[in-house]
Amino acid sequence: MIRRRSLLGGAAATAAAAAASPLLAGCGSSSGSGAPRLDFLSLAWQEESVKANKALVSQWNAAHPEVQVRYVQGSWDDVHDQLLTSFEGGAAPDVIHDEGNDLTDFGSGGYLADLTGLLPAATRARIPGAAWDMARFADGLYGVPFLQEPRMLIANRTLLDKAGVHLPDAARPWTWQEFEDICKELSHGGSAARYGVAWPMSSPVSVTLNLAVTTGGRVLYATKDGRTQVRLDAADSAFPELVRRQVGADRSAPSSALGMSGGEVLPGFFAGRYAMLPLNLSYRQQIAQQAPKGFDWVTLPLPVGTGAPDGGRAQGVSPQTLSVSQSCKHKEAAAAFIDFMTQTPHLVQLATGDWMAPTGTDALRDPALTTDKLGWSTGMAVASHLVASPALGRRGYPEWSDKVATPALQEFYSGAISLESLRTKLVRDGNRVFDRYRS
Amino acid sequence: MSTAAAPVPEQQAARPAPAAPSSSPGRRVLRRRAGRTGQYAALLCYLVFLAFPLLWLVSTAFKSPRELGSVDPTWLPRHPTLGNFRTALDEQPLLHAALNSLLVAGAAALVSVAVAVPASYAMVRFRGAVSRAGTGWILVSQMFPLVLIIIPLFMVLKNLHLIDSRPGLVVVYVVWTLPFVLWMLQSYVRAVPVSLEEAAAIDGCGRWRTLRSVVLPLLAPGLVATLMFAFVTAWNEFFFALVLLKTPEKQTMSVILTHFTGAEGAADLGPLAAAALLATIPSLVFFALLQKRLVGGMLSGAVKG
Repeated sequence: MIRRRSLLGGAAATAAAAAASPLLAGCGSSSGSGAPRLDFLSLAWQEESVKANKALVSQWNAAHPEVQVRYVQGSWDDVHDQLLTSFEGGAAPDVIHDEGNDLTDFGSGGYLADLTGLLPAATRARIPGAAWDMARFADGLYGVPFLQEPRMLIANRTLLDKAGVHLPDAARPWTWQEFEDICKELSHGGSAARYGVAWPMSSPVSVTLNLAVTTGGRVLYATKDGRTQVRLDAADSAFPELVRRQVGADRSAPSSALGMSGGEVLPGFFAGRYAMLPLNLSYRQQIAQQAPKGFDWVTLPLPVGTGAPDGGRAQGVSPQTLSVSQSCKHKEAAAAFIDFMTQTPHLVQLATGDWMAPTGTDALRDPALTTDKLGWSTGMAVASHLVASPALGRRGYPEWSDKVATPALQEFYSGAISLESLRTKLVRDGNRVFDRYRS
Repeated sequence: MSTAAAPVPEQQAARPAPAAPSSSPGRRVLRRRAGRTGQYAALLCYLVFLAFPLLWLVSTAFKSPRELGSVDPTWLPRHPTLGNFRTALDEQPLLHAALNSLLVAGAAALVSVAVAVPASYAMVRFRGAVSRAGTGWILVSQMFPLVLIIIPLFMVLKNLHLIDSRPGLVVVYVVWTLPFVLWMLQSYVRAVPVSLEEAAAIDGCGRWRTLRSVVLPLLAPGLVATLMFAFVTAWNEFFFALVLLKTPEKQTMSVILTHFTGAEGAADLGPLAAAALLATIPSLVFFALLQKRLVGGMLSGAVKG
């Protein structure tokens, strides 16, 4: 992916330099001579979520004949390349649904509008400061974070009850130490081996960074002069060390799951091979749909680190965002549409459709989302502690992640290299990468 | 003496040749049958290898979400359902997208072959610096990765007001497939005996008439193969279509299929498999229709020695 991204980035730079300036002038917003029309690129993909988005767009269009919005269905596949090409070609959508990690490059590249002076005060008040931090880089605000999802523990209640394990709740989550002990208890070898937990690590870097926050670490730090520094101190390595112990020493987590995605470990979970799965909140939808009849599952808060800030409840997260393209001709109208989409009832509607958590303070307390059914209330309680992922705002993160951190963490989790080697690779090689992005 | 005589019986003993012919017809038949069985077994393995993804796709398309979540996957669905097809068709405009793909891929295949026929003929028959440069260009153009050309191409199309238009996408596909189509057709043109063209010339045919009445009929299998290649390439293409087409009503099948996938590898597997299965049908039908022509053309191209 990085090779493709680098190539595309290089091509973008070359093309931008070579292109005649009139080519880019006046492009972007798709308005005609009459009422402005905004293109809204949505990445919603689950049936309920697409319906919710389309319904809101229809509602807006009915109420605002002076600014019509066209719903454009996008896809998470290749969205970065698609947007980069559209930005460079001057034909980007006006309102863009994307993910926080992308804002860093697009914001600093001048492709996204700074929303600081565009958003109404009501929008700013609706969403807490910690969420705004996820979209603010280099003194600019490049998106409105509207959906987010913490990592939860999805557990097989029958297995836990049989083992006499007392289930935690959002008010009193397990510590990582308690979790490790329970996983050992739940595991046994033999022909029908069972593991206390399975760690699906197909994207090991984001999981490692975001969960390092629960033990007071970050791995990626910002220096006073704005540079990115990679560190792997005790607080940073506590989480990766725990996973390594569970896979290698305790045998309470299978090594086979390390290369899998969240969806791929579900069959093993349903078959009772894994007692618990750390998964993003939205996986509940897939579990509710695919679980065998009578399968009793429960959503639990993720364990916490004892010495970490906020009692270890804070996890890093990269939220889903709504941004305005710099080339949009009707930025105020686009900001007004974003304000409409992020009003509390609409946030609730979108969050329900995506099985995720909204960012809005009131939306998080909405009765539709605080029901005990399907783990919603636990999810909302955990979501209220989320903070910006250490990766957000770090220029060079995609390259560091793809070239350095992913292979190094994969080797470490599988037991191929020691913690010292991991530290050397992440820190020494990583700092070299980030140094190249110093502006 | 004895040392000289000794090899004689050994040579006789080591000469099994006279005995072999007596048992050879039976053994030869047996050996041939065994060889043929082995060949068929290898062919079967190869076919299974080739067909496995398609068969698995068919199986997945008919499985319920619960069955898809089972830890013991089965070859055949235990409780076959059409639910995935219903969901796929309800959620996304698959038929409309298929029509778009059909139009774009069909037009791109026809245009690229129409351009490539005279071009490949000229490159094969008129050898010279231009022909050599053309062949070199074909090879070099194959070395550029898509991501290097997409942004400049996007800008060119924007200037021509061909962004977000199906004709624009056809132009891109023609440009993208043309080098390989030319390369493919050249080998077919080269196989047409020059003597036939010389005979036509003696009968008074001009260059265009020769091309139309003599070369083209003999090129039929090549044209069909090239047409299929160009069609399938355009039908399956994703990134150009994703970047160039914004209007939902214009999107092609490959783009619509990605709407069943989410972030970090999440996917609505059943409807995705059902939609992907529907997406393969036009290619299969196209191939089935042209396959007969492909074989027929091969035979019609034969020249008596």
